[in-house]
Parts: sequence; structure tokens; C-alpha cells
Amino acid sequence: MPRLALTTNYAVAHAAKDSDVDVVAAYPITPSTPAAEKLAEFVANGEMDAEYIHVESEHSAASALVGASATGARAFTVTASQGLIYMSEVLYIASGLRLPMVLGVASRALSAPLSIWGDMHDIASLRDAGLMIYFVSSAQEAYDTVIQAFKVAEDPRVHLPAIVDYDGFVLSHVTEPVETIEREEVLKYIPKSITWNVLNPKKPISIGTVGDPDYYYEFKYQQQVAMENALKVAEEADREFERMFGRGYGIIEPYRMDDAEIAMIAYGAHAGTARVAVDKAREKGIKVGLVRLRLWRPFPSEQLKKLLEGISVVGVLDRAMALGGPLQGPVALDVGTLIATRMPDVRLVSFTIGIGQRDVRVEDLVRVAEMLDEISKGKEIPMKTIPIGLRE
Amino acid sequence: MSMTKLPGWRELPEGAVVRDVGNTETIDVSGWRVFKPVIIDEKCTRCRLCWIYCPDGAILEVVDEKARMGKRYEVDYMHCKGCGICWRECPVNAIEWVPEER
Ligand code: SF4
Ligand code: SF4
Repeated sequence: MPRLALTTNYAVAHAAKDSDVDVVAAYPITPSTPAAEKLAEFVANGEMDAEYIHVESEHSAASALVGASATGARAFTVTASQGLIYMSEVLYIASGLRLPMVLGVASRALSAPLSIWGDMHDIASLRDAGLMIYFVSSAQEAYDTVIQAFKVAEDPRVHLPAIVDYDGFVLSHVTEPVETIEREEVLKYIPKSITWNVLNPKKPISIGTVGDPDYYYEFKYQQQVAMENALKVAEEADREFERMFGRGYGIIEPYRMDDAEIAMIAYGAHAGTARVAVDKAREKGIKVGLVRLRLWRPFPSEQLKKLLEGISVVGVLDRAMALGGPLQGPVALDVGTLIATRMPDVRLVSFTIGIGQRDVRVEDLVRVAEMLDEISKGKEIPMKTIPIGLRE
Repeated sequence: MSMTKLPGWRELPEGAVVRDVGNTETIDVSGWRVFKPVIIDEKCTRCRLCWIYCPDGAILEVVDEKARMGKRYEVDYMHCKGCGICWRECPVNAIEWVPEER
């Protein structure tokens, strides 16, 4: 297992190479561009036996992947921000056609105003598109998760596209040591076996058909069932990965939750900041824990419910704003649904952090822990999302 | 909505693929029509444009020794969806556009 110094962009490109991806179609966009460049370099140098399709837009990149996956190819791309939302029309189709493919997304804010900096408005817009969404918190985890994502996406119980989301700049451009895995070893974990419906002149099928009112509903329901299956398959895939390569994450990761009375929920790079904040708040006597969400779609309701058992107040740290919603945090809305339907004794507080790459400092999140502590001791609960780091 | 019992979600193929390719032939689309094309054989010059332009292959080229120039054109009304392209394209107005009455 070669140990390399890689940015998360490069780690994701290495993971695609080591997964023996057959087709890459990518259009450069900040902050994912270095990943697209690295993949082009791998193909040009013969280090990767793949077709690199040069396209004129992200819409075309996603379309090319649909075509590639429909022939049975293992397909991969990277994008961000406007590129991802430009792909979105086709990504709904990829999911509806039940074509497995993996996308690396270096999450970035959406225009306007124009921002090349990181936050998660792009990925939040794809919440309901029928793609699995992983959030990762390090370059190593990004590398491992791309490989795991192929395993889950290609599983016959799933057959859905998957996104591996990593924070733009904060992760995409930061260099960390990454243990890579030899391709032969990776292929033992994700052998090439085409189990989805593919175009084959010897056994012709039609894809991209019409679903009239007599049929459309049943096909959407099949996608929902595939999502439900993906939850279990993702857990299995993570366990098998850990058995083979010694690294596992779970689909949801608790930190100091055993004796916690209040909890924060975070995802992506800022889960790391939250971890340090938990330690600092603990030093002040606040019994706070952290839950890191690694899989957002499908949403791990049961797993989260179990972790929140006995918690009185939970604060969700979101990096995107669902404008005009009852709360602005997209994940807070999901957690709120879980609480409202299954755990009415838990109180929810929604926070937004790191919007447009506003700095998220450890002190900010220690302050969040203090607020949750005050609420647990009877302070009035705010009905609105609390914007951390916003100037008045 | 159809009255016959349709397959449930478990029975339908993943991704709405159609495995029995060529099944278009078995599907009656005559109910889509509001107007129907009617070919007036006496006016027809056998130019074949309607046969070429019909998007559904619903113009049939029938070999018939008794017909003028050994063939004639007929509409396959089970597969004609009533789009009117043949009627628009016929250069000699040999196709009439007749309201459907059911
Ligand atoms: S109306 Fe349309 S479908 Fe019918 S025969 Fe003419 S071109 Fe073909
Ligand atoms: S387009 Fe008109 S003239 Fe030409 S073959 Fe058809 S009906 Fe006859």
C-alpha cells in the first residue's frame, strides 16, 4: 500500500484510477479542476486504461457518463458548484435509468453573488435527485469512499449513481498523507461485474422509455426501494472494506457520545473542527458529543436515532441554506423530521456555518456547545436557524 | 387509465427498460388521432415522400401489379398516430386530412 502525499482532489483521482474506471468525462470547474487534470494525466501517461471524453460542458459530461454506464463501463467524473447544477437534469435521468456511476464533488457555493469558495449549496440542491450522497472529512476518507461508492452503486440491490462530496478548498486543496491500495487489491473488493441493464446488440433492450400515468409511479417507487437498500449495502461495503484494508468509518460516526447529554451533528471537513470544539467544551464541563454524518442520501434515520437516545438537545451545523424553509439547514430539516416523528423529547437547534467559506473557528463551535447547554438547562429555544459568523 | 390489471412495482423491469424490443408493432395508437390521413390514389404520383417522412412507418408501400406503376400507398391505421406530417409533405395534395369520428 503506497503512502502518498495527496490533496483530496488528487486522492479522488487516484481512487478512480485504482478502481480501474473505464470512462471519465469531465469539464474543469474550480475547485475540482485539479482532479480532472490528474485523471487526464493518468490516461495520457497510460497509467489508467480509460477513455477520457473531452466534453463542452458538465451537462455533456454527465450525458457521456450515462451513455458509458449504459454500455456497462465503470464511469466517473468530478465537478462542483455551477457544474453540478448544470449536470442535475442528466443526474436525475442517470438515477431513473438505474445506472451506477460515481461523481466526486468538491463542494462550492452557488452564484450569485459569484463565489468560487466552498460551501454546500451545490450538493444540497441535489438532495432529492435519487443519487447517494457521501460526505467525507479527509483525503484518505475521500479515497476510500470513492472505492466504496462503486461497490454500493454497482450492487444489484442498489444500481444508483453516487456522489462523494468533499468541501471545496478546505479539503480539495489540502495535502494529507493517503494510503493508496494496489489496483489488483481494489479489484478484489470491487470486481468488474455488470449486473445492471446494459445495451448489447446481441441482447437488445430499449432504455430511456416513456413512463405514462399507468407506470411512472411504480418506477419512482423502485428508486426509493433501491435507496432504502443502499443504506444496508453501504454499511456492509464499509465493513468489508475495513476487513480487507483496515479502515472503516461507518455511515454515521459518533464522537464522545457515550455519556453525552447534548450533541452536535456535523458533516464534511467541519466535523473535524467540531471534534476539537467538543474536546474544548468538555474541558469546561459541558457534556457534549458529536455525530458526524457520512451518508446523507439515503438518510440513516435508525442509526441516528440510536445515537441520539438520551440526548436532550441536538444542534445541527449546516453548510448550506434552504432559503425560505421552516429552518435553513438542509440536514437540520431531515433531523427535525426524524425528531418530530420518532423522538419527540429531543429538541433541535439549527445553525448555519461556513457559508461562502466564512471561517469556522473552534471558538465558534465551542459557543454552539454552550448555547445547546444553556437550552438544555431551560433557556428559551430559538425558532429560527442561528447564523454562526454572520455580521449584524 | 387502463382497466386491465397492470403489473405492480416488483414485477416491472428496473429502470423502465423494455426487453421485448420491437413491441411497438403490437401497440395500437389509433386512439391518439383527432384527424386521419386518407390517400387519394388517383392523385398520387408514387413519389414516396409520405413513406419517407412518416415517423412511425405507418405508410405502407404495397406492391400491386394491377395498380398504376405496380404499387400504391396505404395508411396503416393501427400505427398511424395522426401527426399530419404525410399530409403536409405530399407535394400534390394527394392526402386528405379527415376528422376522426368515433
Ligand atoms: S399522419 Fe403521421 S403517423 Fe399517420 S401516416 Fe401520416 S405521417 Fe404517419
Ligand atoms: S407523398 Fe403524396 S404523391 Fe407522394 S407517394 Fe405519398 S401520397 Fe403519393
